[in-house]
Amino acid sequence: MLEPLFSLTSIIALLSSTMRTTAPVLLAAIGGLFSDRSGVLSIGLEGFMLAGAFAGFVGAFYSGNLWIGIAAALIAGMLLAFVYAYFSVSVGSSQAVAGTGLVMLAAGATGFLNRVLFRSSGNFVRVTPFQPVAIPGLSRLPIIGQVLFTQNVLVYLAFALVPLTWFILYRTALGLQIRSVGEHAKAADTVGLNVTLTRYACVLVSGALGGLGGAYLSLAHANTFIEMMTAERGYMAFAIIIFGKYNPWGAMGASLLFGLADALQLKLQVAGVPVPYEFLLMFPYVLTLAAMVMAGKTTAPAALGSAYKKN
Amino acid sequence: MVPLYALETRGITKRFGALIANDQIDLTVKPGEVLSLLGENGAGKTTLMNILYGLLRPDEGQILVGGRPVEFRSPRQAIDLGVGMVHQHFMLIPAFSVAENVVLGMRKKTGAVISRTRLRSSIREFSHRYNFDLDPDARVGDLPVGLQQRVEILKSLYRGAQILILDEPTAVLTPQETGDLFRVIRHLQGEGKSVIFISHKLNEVMEISQRVTVLRLGKVQGTVETSATSPAELAKMMIGRDLAAPSSPRTGGYTGPTLSLQGLTVRREGKEACSGISLDVWGGEVLGIAGVDGNGQNELVEAILGTAPVASGRVILDGRDITGKGPARAIDAGLALVPEDRQTRGLIMDFSIAENLILESHRAAPFRRGFFIDEAQVNRFAAGMIQTFDIRSGGGASAPASSLSGGNQQKVVLAREISREPKVLVVMKPTRGLDVGATEYVHRRLLEERAKGKAILLVSSELEEIKGLSDRIAVMHRGAVTGLVWPDVSEEDLGQLMTGAKTMLSALGPRGGGEQ
Repeated sequence: MLEPLFSLTSIIALLSSTMRTTAPVLLAAIGGLFSDRSGVLSIGLEGFMLAGAFAGFVGAFYSGNLWIGIAAALIAGMLLAFVYAYFSVSVGSSQAVAGTGLVMLAAGATGFLNRVLFRSSGNFVRVTPFQPVAIPGLSRLPIIGQVLFTQNVLVYLAFALVPLTWFILYRTALGLQIRSVGEHAKAADTVGLNVTLTRYACVLVSGALGGLGGAYLSLAHANTFIEMMTAERGYMAFAIIIFGKYNPWGAMGASLLFGLADALQLKLQVAGVPVPYEFLLMFPYVLTLAAMVMAGKTTAPAALGSAYKKN
Repeated sequence: MVPLYALETRGITKRFGALIANDQIDLTVKPGEVLSLLGENGAGKTTLMNILYGLLRPDEGQILVGGRPVEFRSPRQAIDLGVGMVHQHFMLIPAFSVAENVVLGMRKKTGAVISRTRLRSSIREFSHRYNFDLDPDARVGDLPVGLQQRVEILKSLYRGAQILILDEPTAVLTPQETGDLFRVIRHLQGEGKSVIFISHKLNEVMEISQRVTVLRLGKVQGTVETSATSPAELAKMMIGRDLAAPSSPRTGGYTGPTLSLQGLTVRREGKEACSGISLDVWGGEVLGIAGVDGNGQNELVEAILGTAPVASGRVILDGRDITGKGPARAIDAGLALVPEDRQTRGLIMDFSIAENLILESHRAAPFRRGFFIDEAQVNRFAAGMIQTFDIRSGGGASAPASSLSGGNQQKVVLAREISREPKVLVVMKPTRGLDVGATEYVHRRLLEERAKGKAILLVSSELEEIKGLSDRIAVMHRGAVTGLVWPDVSEEDLGQLMTGAKTMLSALGPRGGGEQ
């Protein structure tokens, strides 16, 4: 029974599936990276993802247009992020508390609204998900073509954001500004940079990309909204940023590890291995956390988690 | 036409509630001049500088740059008008390279996309122009403090500063580094730039500046030509009375050694922070430990206290081996510590003065009565200490430690440590951030303890303090003792010992001591 798992087609399918299980976590992690780098803990990602998953589905379901769903997800993520930015940047409250509080809010609100909107319909409501788009030429390359270049547009976007984010953070004045605010807000302030504005913007980016990662789940993966469907992927993204040493390439590597494990456990579930599925579901989380522990110490941005108050 | 003054203030006044931090300050700096701003802590120097740099806005008064009245709403405007500031605590990002630190916030000059090669060559060129010799790619956190300060100066110059404010720039430097800084200042002066040099060190003020403006209690006490004044006169202007010099070391009457460190090695993060340190501190002696911060002094003290693991070697206190036994045992054996940072290590800021005073003795009689604390006993004790140590607290013994001034906070720590009648007193930077009056008090108290036969280990980076109080001086460099010398050692020798350029072990035991 396990034999077909290791055939070439099977491996290609696994890798291709890995790209798709990676994408939502990677989107959230890249967003969170901006937030962390500017000194604001990206601990609210789980909430942004949930909000995005729900708003994305609602938008797409009622309009019949996936892109309107995406727009709704971006807005929902950013709205929640704005609240988080207000508490963590303007008020200076504990980021861990504000962030996890918002996650609970998002979980409750999406669950409640979901029942209000869809329970009465009785049927299992669905949208037609994002379809794979084969890149002309490249998609015909052996193996790679299928794995990398026959994916839906959100997968391309997620992976394209990696080099783009790297370039912004390390090769532009804007990136220098973001990193400086996350390292030493007062130093940035004394050279005339606007700490508050920078942090707000970065938190909003994390809200937008977190929301997008959530929308991926409802619009490209499950084709519907299910309560708590993010299954703590937002918290995984939060951990993945650390595991990836606060660097977009590292975040991609860590996301791929999580994605591979997730794809593998899905495959094993489908193949019907005699292991309770709950254990299979745990696998990607346990693996990523174990890898993180073994990866050793990372240096966080020096001002991460601390509010900046002018005196 | 060159204006008469590069920078001028007229009647600057700044109030914080009822406190007038700056009261009608008039100050002028000429182009190409070094003006010293001299004053004690709380005299209003920092407030004034923050106003000049746009970090604070004055309630009254006017600032003129190049003869034109200006209004600074933020540092950005000050920068644009050519005012640069080197803060006492550097505003540098340790994780960034020199080049990144210099161009931070200068999008106008770098463009939105930063070309690494262009950035590197432009910073290298700029650094050469001022003989700074800085590697643009070096990580700032890896640089010694003296070089970090140059990065700060370069940062200001890169922004086109014509007037440079240096806030207590020598506080963190070795004598050699101070010499280098003075050369840099003179070079800038030669280019027609003005420098405002803030300090409370009289000899440095005398050496580097052309004029001195003295502040006391928020007011200008006067402005004098450096060539027409003396350190004694400046001191008198600054504190309003003559300054008493710390009493000189004495000889004889030593007992012990009371504290004996034998080949102490401490590792931190895989590196040797202290390498085989052997020192004896005798009863009735102050042994000063000099050295640039971060050369193992902290680890040494922690090893003595028992909070850092000792890799090898022993700590013997009055004949008892306390190596690695932890702080409680060390304190029982007769150790007292005045830590470097009184606000985070010395005191619990939210606790009352009384509670802070019994932090180490609350578990024993007379403060403990069964399961409870004897409040009456504690309050009596606290009241006594407040009187003996002249702790000025508006709210009495029940006021939180955070309500006290720095000098009075230090008195609480001293009172607690001294009142336990320890055999060995380890004191770290006891006058850091204190003004001249409080400094005098702390020094006098320490010398009284010495006279009572206590062994005192004084860790400080203030050479004047070390030389003024110590019977012998040990110098640390990279975790090793490079010097064991008498307090009459020359500044130059001391500087070389501090940088590890030479080794000198002459003062092996206190003068006239030695016999047990």
